[in-house]
Amino acid sequence: MKSIIDKLNKAFENRVRLGIMSALMANDEVDFNQLKDLLGVTDGNLASHLKALEEKKFIETRKQFIGRKPNTRYRATLDGRQAFQSHLEALEALLKGQ
Amino acid sequence: MKEEQNYQEDLTHIRDIMERSSRFLSLSGLSGVMAGVYALVGAVMAFLILNQRQELPQWKRMHPNDPFIAQQLILVGVGILVAAIGTGFYLSRRRARKMGVKFMSATGMRLVINLLIPLGTGGLFVLMITYQGYYGLAAPLMLIFYGLSLLNASKYTLPDIRSLGLAEVVLGLINTAFIGYGLYFWAVGFGVLHIIYGIAMYQKYER
Repeated sequence: MKSIIDKLNKAFENRVRLGIMSALMANDEVDFNQLKDLLGVTDGNLASHLKALEEKKFIETRKQFIGRKPNTRYRATLDGRQAFQSHLEALEALLKGQ
Repeated sequence: MKEEQNYQEDLTHIRDIMERSSRFLSLSGLSGVMAGVYALVGAVMAFLILNQRQELPQWKRMHPNDPFIAQQLILVGVGILVAAIGTGFYLSRRRARKMGVKFMSATGMRLVINLLIPLGTGGLFVLMITYQGYYGLAAPLMLIFYGLSLLNASKYTLPDIRSLGLAEVVLGLINTAFIGYGLYFWAVGFGVLHIIYGIAMYQKYER
């Protein structure tokens, strides 16, 4: 049991980060406002979690302009996808092991 | 014990976000029912238009090789389309509000675009071939193109749409073997199937 718990990734312990990664696994690219609507969190809260995931190189950003408004889009990196996949498998293994 | 419950909640949360971020879920079943009702009303109108010409023998009346009749039929068809889309738009927006989600979201736009590309192609194609006089092919082609459009759109909304699409395609293919009975197949495909699916989806998701 202990070894499976070790496989859980600390980076995904937070619900907001878990939500961000889930949305980026199911879609190629998601922008900041879509994530905000989806997760129902404040700008600042979302931004800090995005930053943390970006620092771990689990997600990457692409900034562009739509008209005159800046628009930041996010996508999961290969590392991020693999890390999230192992986290998911560990979660499922833990629940099966009960 | 507390931790295990947390893991379960994590998994539920992941599934929920994945689904909500990739599919448009506020599609209203009632709009399907209404589309079916409009289609049946339209089919009755088309039947009356086709039977205006009592001087023709029965078997010939279903072949509208008369531009005026064809025009009337196209008008009825466009009328149904506008009414069905308008109602679907209105009811789905109402449902989105009830669910507390945004209506014109990225998932909604993606659904509309992926539905309209094959559907628009089919619509223009059917208009062009009826213009050239292939009236008998209009109904089966509408069913087939509509079915394929739904099949494509089903990836972006409630997955039940997929089997409705398959049913429409099968109906269109059968109709191709019975050219001349298009109106009846059309009434089943666009009327009866919409009503059945609409009720089933309403029961499943909205009650």
